[in-house]
Amino acid sequence: MDFLTSLFSNFWVSLTGKLLLVALMIPLIGMVIGYAEMKLSAKMQARVGPYFAGGRWGWAQLIADGVKFFQKEDLIPDEADRPVFKIAPVLVLVSTVAILVIIPFGPGLIFRDLEVGIFFALAISSLSTVGVLMAGWSSGNKYSLMGGLRAAGQLIAYELPLVLAVIGSVMLAGTMSMSGIVEAQISAGYPYVVLQFIGFGIFMIAALAELSRIPFDMPIAESELVMGYLTEYSGFRFLFFFLAEFANMFSLSAIAVTLFLGGYWLPGIPEDVLAYAGPVILLAKTFLLVFTMIWFRWTFPRFREDQLQSLAWKWLIPLALANIILTGAFKVYL
Amino acid sequence: MTTTTPTKRRVFPGMGMVKGLWVTIYTMFRTIFRPGKYLATINYPKVKETPVPRARGVIALDQEACTVCMLCARNCPDWCIYIEGHKEEQAPSTPGGRVKVRATLDRFDIDYALCMYCGICVEVCPFDALFWSPEYEYSETHMGEMLHDMDRLQGWLETVPPDPELEK
Repeated sequence: MDFLTSLFSNFWVSLTGKLLLVALMIPLIGMVIGYAEMKLSAKMQARVGPYFAGGRWGWAQLIADGVKFFQKEDLIPDEADRPVFKIAPVLVLVSTVAILVIIPFGPGLIFRDLEVGIFFALAISSLSTVGVLMAGWSSGNKYSLMGGLRAAGQLIAYELPLVLAVIGSVMLAGTMSMSGIVEAQISAGYPYVVLQFIGFGIFMIAALAELSRIPFDMPIAESELVMGYLTEYSGFRFLFFFLAEFANMFSLSAIAVTLFLGGYWLPGIPEDVLAYAGPVILLAKTFLLVFTMIWFRWTFPRFREDQLQSLAWKWLIPLALANIILTGAFKVYL
Repeated sequence: MTTTTPTKRRVFPGMGMVKGLWVTIYTMFRTIFRPGKYLATINYPKVKETPVPRARGVIALDQEACTVCMLCARNCPDWCIYIEGHKEEQAPSTPGGRVKVRATLDRFDIDYALCMYCGICVEVCPFDALFWSPEYEYSETHMGEMLHDMDRLQGWLETVPPDPELEK
């Protein structure tokens, strides 16, 4: 035991361990959410969903899918800009992995407790926009290009309300560190959604748009753009995008949970239990939000491109600004 | 001119979204907890649906009734029916009577790789030699095997259900 503690106190060993853990979490989360989406969407449409894979309930469906992706030929179109085409999916996945680093799973249970945690998360998550734009640009395909440009327009428009919605919580907590925000909520005794319900709503809407999921899936609108920036991708590069989408769903939900819903904390649970129950509580809350995203996806139709832009610029941004002013007034006068 | 005043519906903005969300989650829980009652699909290879009356599965041929009139082949939009026949002379039924000529089938093939299941051949047949059968499990691994010859078409005849009752 002493050997292990001394081993993990070594910087490089602990770094490698943490990296491996994050790298393992991504496919695991992707598979769990992917399976949940398949099964829940089936139930919402009165279907069975995956059934035969793995013997029961189709639990091995996503594993089979993953194996299938690796068996596929690695296709790169002639017109494609090869290095950019190859880097793009990696860039998207990296930005997803990086967000997981700053999510507190329990008291002290965090990969890296950055002083500027939420700022880092928002900055690094906009890296995926670049990846998407690179994918669209380098594919050498008009549908990909249209999808990539749409994605760029959408992600830039919704980055703003996302950031502005976060500011309310940061102001209340007085810190940008993710674990600091959770501790501030614990000492305040209530999750910030009580005061920041506008911010929470805006954050979730903007997060849906950032993920370009239905009802904000114009960049990959099947009926208009084939598959948008994903059109030319197949095999494991497509798998990267696929994993990034689901892992992003998880990480954005986890950020929302940390900022607005009290993170790993539930009212009435003593501190010493929290150390063990923390990850479970955080996962439960996160998957509740992920479920909501899946629920929205299978309920709402797609927005029109101009409706999307006017929703962001005319409604969400002014609302978020008003929310900041109100929060400021609350902070000063109470 | 009479004008009808539009009925004012008092609804919250966004109520449509709530309604939609309710529909999906209601369907979800109902499908999870009472799959036997509310599931819209079945596990096909294990469980089979009973086809509806007048289901268009496959076309059956009654060779006895066919007179090689070629109407079906000529009316087929896809030209997927191939018919060959010859005339046989039959001895007169009474001594000194007229010699009867009867057309007999040599070949009656339907290429289901081409057929579009319009049912015009069944409609047009004046001697009721063609029928719809609800059988649908006759996929093949080679396209050429989708050509059913007259014996195979005759075999489908026993799967033809009795005529459904007329709708009132």
